[in-house]
Amino acid sequence: MNAKFLGAVGTFAVAALLAGPAAADKTKIDFWFGNSGDIAKRVQEQCERFNASQADYEVVCTSQGSYDASLQNTIAAFRAGQQPTIAQVSDAGTLDIMLSGAYYPANKLMTDMGYTVDWKDYFSGIASYYATSKGEMYSFPFNSSTALLYWNKDAFAKIGKDHAPATWEEAAADFKALKAAGYACPLGFNISRDEVWQLEEQFNAIHGEPIATKKNGYEGLDAELTFNKGKWVQFVRDLKSWYDNGEAVIKSKETGQTFVEAFANGDCQVILTSVGDHGNIGRTAKEGMNWDVAMLPVYEGTQRKSSFVGGASLWVLTGKSDAEYKGAAAFFDFIAKPEEALTWSTVTGYIPVRNSGFKYLNEQGFYGKAPYKGRELAIESLTASPADDAAPHGIRLGGLLQIRQEVSNGLQAIFIKNEDVQASLDNAVERGNQILRKFEQTYAGKTLP
Amino acid sequence: MEKRATFSSTRIGLLFALPMLVLIFVFFYWPSGQALYWAFTLEQPWGGGNTWVGLQNFRQLLSDPYYWGAISRSMVFGLGSTGIAMGVALLLALFTDREMRGHKAYRSIFIWPYAIAAPALGLAFRFILAPEAGFLSLINQIWPGLWNPALDGTDAMIAVIIAFSWKYIGYNFIFFLSALQSIPRSLIEAAAMDGSGPMRRMWDIQLPLLTPTLFFLLVINITESFQDSFGIVDIMTQGGPARATELMVYKIYFDGFKGLDYSGAAAQSIILMGLVVLLTIVQFRFIERRVHYK
Repeated sequence: MNAKFLGAVGTFAVAALLAGPAAADKTKIDFWFGNSGDIAKRVQEQCERFNASQADYEVVCTSQGSYDASLQNTIAAFRAGQQPTIAQVSDAGTLDIMLSGAYYPANKLMTDMGYTVDWKDYFSGIASYYATSKGEMYSFPFNSSTALLYWNKDAFAKIGKDHAPATWEEAAADFKALKAAGYACPLGFNISRDEVWQLEEQFNAIHGEPIATKKNGYEGLDAELTFNKGKWVQFVRDLKSWYDNGEAVIKSKETGQTFVEAFANGDCQVILTSVGDHGNIGRTAKEGMNWDVAMLPVYEGTQRKSSFVGGASLWVLTGKSDAEYKGAAAFFDFIAKPEEALTWSTVTGYIPVRNSGFKYLNEQGFYGKAPYKGRELAIESLTASPADDAAPHGIRLGGLLQIRQEVSNGLQAIFIKNEDVQASLDNAVERGNQILRKFEQTYAGKTLP
Repeated sequence: MEKRATFSSTRIGLLFALPMLVLIFVFFYWPSGQALYWAFTLEQPWGGGNTWVGLQNFRQLLSDPYYWGAISRSMVFGLGSTGIAMGVALLLALFTDREMRGHKAYRSIFIWPYAIAAPALGLAFRFILAPEAGFLSLINQIWPGLWNPALDGTDAMIAVIIAFSWKYIGYNFIFFLSALQSIPRSLIEAAAMDGSGPMRRMWDIQLPLLTPTLFFLLVINITESFQDSFGIVDIMTQGGPARATELMVYKIYFDGFKGLDYSGAAAQSIILMGLVVLLTIVQFRFIERRVHYK
């Protein structure tokens, strides 16, 4: 017993001696991100895999709880000179950091540190969302998703259908039939700030309709919102009529059940949500429930365009040492490996961001297997139109979160207070434009890269 | 003669006060000064610089009808939650003071809600008051559609007022109880011997003697209701539905911390601070007259 104990202590001591100098040589870099819960655990695992894969660097990954909190903490740390080397910034915060000069551009970092990155390998829809107007990549797309339509196959079988609606006209008929078949919630949706992106931004994206002038803001800070014209207004009217007929039901945390939970529980038969929820719904769906995903419907006669990518990208901040930047570059090189893309897409619902990763996943038969089948539709949706298509490839608007709040307030006025559709959307646009003008004035004299 | 240690020099006095002064400076005057400065500029969130815009931020806010809406909603919220929090607390304290059964247990239990962080409180109440899944869903089973804070602005406002009041009832209760217990028993006993019932004694003896505490709590409750409500609103309603619970302080939190509009949020902070100062002055000017300290 005693000898065993001493032996163990001895082994420990020797191990410590051996490990000691090695550990001291490691350069530590901080990586702050906003995901929480299961996704945060998966990010942590990825960090551990990187740390185990080499001996020179140690990345310390810290979840800040949410995208907003992460950005807020990163900014506060940056202003105090205590910033992490790598920070995750969500789509809504992209423009602010792009204009800040607080970052080390990703393309420059990789070149400086001696890595060659094939930037063309990124899916064009994903790359262009985060790229500058000249197509340069200042950050690395990280967790990427897009919205899909989730449908309950069992419910659709009851109304004699074996496929999801491809057009909104078809969807309207399906909702009606589902309602008539006794389903209380054919379409579950929500119009809070964090949920309007799949209704508004994705809708406009796949219909090729602008949200704002100047290519949704890519060509200048003086862009103006235009979502109060065109097909989206019609969609809001249709959604409202479905809502009034009880064919579409608002499901939120406030009502007691989110629409994702309602779908997984079999209470709602159709929802629109991120492919990132695919894994979650797969795990939580009611026993024996048959469900599948499809691309978001378009209105009849519309040429489908690429949907926008949602999620966040990784930025490298200024003011760090050369050694730390080397570590950051090594980390980016590591997570770009196809094997990492496979693991990442397996454990989360997020999609691979590069062609090579997607190809590797296909070769491994990833998308043929049951729990992951259907996620390839996200890629199909993101790449529906060619890279050089004239339609906007993303949104580059200042104060995007505040604009989403205005859209949400406008929709809530329509749905809850029965206010006029056009007037409410006009009002949201007008208030959104005030936010844009203030943003433009804040960054007066700066040009969009 | 009694021995006294006195300090003749002001320097030593100041020296003793210094730690407190530094604390107040670092945690109050400095940030307030910063906010005041930002309110007159447009500040870039990442610290890239700012431009002086004079009163523009204030002009924009005060010409915005929705901002005036937020101000009046804050008033409703402040008065409503203060009324409930103080009224219920006073009632409970009077009962406890009369040593109703179980008073020892709830004397210690009532302070607990105050220790609960606003987000946790918001989560709990969001569940309790949810129209479809919460405890109150029972009401909707009897009268469908009667209670729905998710879709009805008035219900949502009631929900956040209840949640906020619940937290402050415990806080107020402790103050009321200790004030009640410091009222000389002889006064109450004398009144009882003269034949006045419990209600009469409360009204004529206990409440007048409670006025300093009532006044103190009124000021504190109003101030807190204007400042401390954003966590509850953020979790329970996010200012919705359709702006029905968008309070001034929630708008500051959202615009500043989520929307990265530092200057707009700073200007709103200054307005909120001015409003709270104004309200406090009004209270001291008009209500304190009726307070009997001794």
